[in-house]
Amino acid sequence: MAFVTWFKRNLVVIAGLLTLAYLLLPNVVVTVFSFNKPVGRFNYAWQEFSADAWTDPCGVADLCGSLALSLQLACWATLGATALGTAIAFALARYRFRARGAVNALIFLPMAMPEVVMAASLLTLFLNLGAQLGFWTILIAHIMFCLSFVVTAVKARVMSMDPRLEQAAQDLYAGPFQTFLRVTLPIAAPGIAAGALLAFALSFDDFIITNFTAGSTVTFPMFVWGSAQRGTPVQINVIGTAMFVVAVLLVLLSMVIGSRRTKSRA
Amino acid sequence: MTTLTEAPPPLTPTAPEPAPPRRRGRLTPYWLLLPGLLWLVVFFALPMIYQASTSVQTGSLEEGYKVTWHVATYWDALTAYWPQFLRSVAYAAAATVLCLLLGYPLAYLIAFRAGRWRNLIMVLVIAPFFTSFLIRTLAWKTILADGGPLVGALNTLHVLDVTNWLGWTAGDRVLATPLAVVCGLTYNFLPFMILPLYTSLERIDGRLHEAAGDLYARPFTTFRKITFPLSMPGVVSGTLLTFIPATGDYVNADLLGSTDTRMAGNVIQTQFLRVLDYPTAAALSFILMAAILVMVTLYIRKSGTEDLV
Repeated sequence: MAFVTWFKRNLVVIAGLLTLAYLLLPNVVVTVFSFNKPVGRFNYAWQEFSADAWTDPCGVADLCGSLALSLQLACWATLGATALGTAIAFALARYRFRARGAVNALIFLPMAMPEVVMAASLLTLFLNLGAQLGFWTILIAHIMFCLSFVVTAVKARVMSMDPRLEQAAQDLYAGPFQTFLRVTLPIAAPGIAAGALLAFALSFDDFIITNFTAGSTVTFPMFVWGSAQRGTPVQINVIGTAMFVVAVLLVLLSMVIGSRRTKSRA
Repeated sequence: MTTLTEAPPPLTPTAPEPAPPRRRGRLTPYWLLLPGLLWLVVFFALPMIYQASTSVQTGSLEEGYKVTWHVATYWDALTAYWPQFLRSVAYAAAATVLCLLLGYPLAYLIAFRAGRWRNLIMVLVIAPFFTSFLIRTLAWKTILADGGPLVGALNTLHVLDVTNWLGWTAGDRVLATPLAVVCGLTYNFLPFMILPLYTSLERIDGRLHEAAGDLYARPFTTFRKITFPLSMPGVVSGTLLTFIPATGDYVNADLLGSTDTRMAGNVIQTQFLRVLDYPTAAALSFILMAAILVMVTLYIRKSGTEDLV
C-alpha cells in the first residue's frame, strides 16, 4: 500500500520525467551515433564504435563551409533584427502614437503565420523583382521573421521597468541621452540579450524559409536536409553533439556566474 | 537562466497594456518605428500582396504570367489537394493534444515539484534547441527503425495491432506511417507548449493550493478547480504556438513519413520549388493561411482571451 500511495503522490513527477526523457532521447541518439562507423551511405543503424568522425569533423565536402555560412548569417540576422526590433519595442513601450493597433498587428502576424506561407510569399516577391537568390535574400528573410520575436522580448522587459528610475535620473540632472545610456539601457539589457539569443537560434536553425529563399546557396540546415536524401555523414552528428555540449556548458557557466554574483551582493 | 525562460513570448498578454505616458519629442516614436516597420511592410506585407496577385494569374514559365482573375485556380487546387489539407489539420491537432498531455506534467513538475532541480530541468528542456532540429528529427529514423528495439517491443506488446487497426501504422512498421509523423511533430513543438505553460503555472500563488487543501479539496479537485483554470493563458498560447507551425510543417512528413502522409506544406513546397507552378502554389499557400486564421480566430473566441494583439 505504501508503494501505491507513493506512486499516486509522485505520479506527476514520473509523467514529467518521462516527457523529459522523450525530449532528450534524440539528443542521446545523435551523440551515440556520432561514434558510429556506418556501412553504406546512411547513419541510421549501429555498426561499430569509431572516433573517426570526431578526428575529422570537416572531412565531408561542403559541410564546414555551410556551417560557417550559417553562423555568419545568424550573426548578421541577429544584429539587424535586434537593432530594428529594440527600436520598435522602445517606441511601443514608451511613446504614444497613432495607429498603434496596426503596428501591433504587423508585429504579431509574422509570429502567427506558418513559415511555409511567409516563405512562399517572399519567394514570389523576389521572383517578381528578379532578385538574385542567395546570401542577401536569406538575410532579408531571417531579419524579417526574427524581428517580431525581438520586439516581444524587449517590450516585455521595458514595460516592466519602473519609470520612476528614469525620473530620478533626470531629477539628478542627467540629460535625456545620459539617462538612456546609464539607466534605461542597462535595465533593458537582459530583454535585449534574450531577444538577440532567440534571434540567433531561430536564424541559425531555420530551414523552411531558407529553403525557399536560398536559391543554390547551402546553409547548414540545408546541408542536413540534402544529406537526408543523399546519405548522412557521421560528421553531422559530431557537429550536432558539439553544438549541444558547448551550448549547455555556456548556459551552466552563466548560471554559476549569476548565482555567485547574487551571493556576493547579498 | 531567466533570459532563456523568458524566451518564448506569450501570445496572449494577460493584462491590457496601459497607455504609456506622453513624452517630449513628438516625432521620436515614428523615427524609432520607421526602419523596422518598413522592413516588415516590404518583406512581409508586400509579399502577401504579390502572392495574392500571383494566385489569380495564368500563363507559363516561358511566356510569363498575367493577372487574368482566374479564381478557378483556388477551386482546382482545393479539389486536387483537399486530402493533404485535411491531413495537415488532423496531424497538427493530434500533435497539439499530445503536446498538451505530455507537456503539462513536465511544466507542472518544473513549477511546483522540482525544488532546487528547477533550473537544471529548465536547461534540459531548452537544450535540445541547440542541436539543429533536422538532425534531431533524423534521429527519430533510428529510434523508430524497422526491427529496432522500440518497434520490437511495441510488436510484442501488441500495441502495433491496435494502431494498425486504427490506421495509424501499417504492418510491422512505425516509420513512414502517420504515427511517425505525429510523433515527430509532437517532439519538435513540445518545448513551445511547455514554456508558456510553465510561465503561467509559475505565476500561480502557492497559497491557493493550501487554501484548497484546507477546504478539503482532494488533489485532483484542486487541479480541476484551481490550477488548470488559472493556467488557461498558458494552455491557449501553448496550443497556438504548437498548432500553427505544425499545420504548415513539411519537414516531419518528408523525413519520417511516406507519400501517403504528405501534408499541405509538402504540396506547397513541391509546387513552388519543383513543379514551378506558381499560381497553384500561391493559391495553396493562401488557402492554408486562411484556414489557419479562421481556426485560430474561432479558437481564441471560444477560449475567451480576445486581447491577443
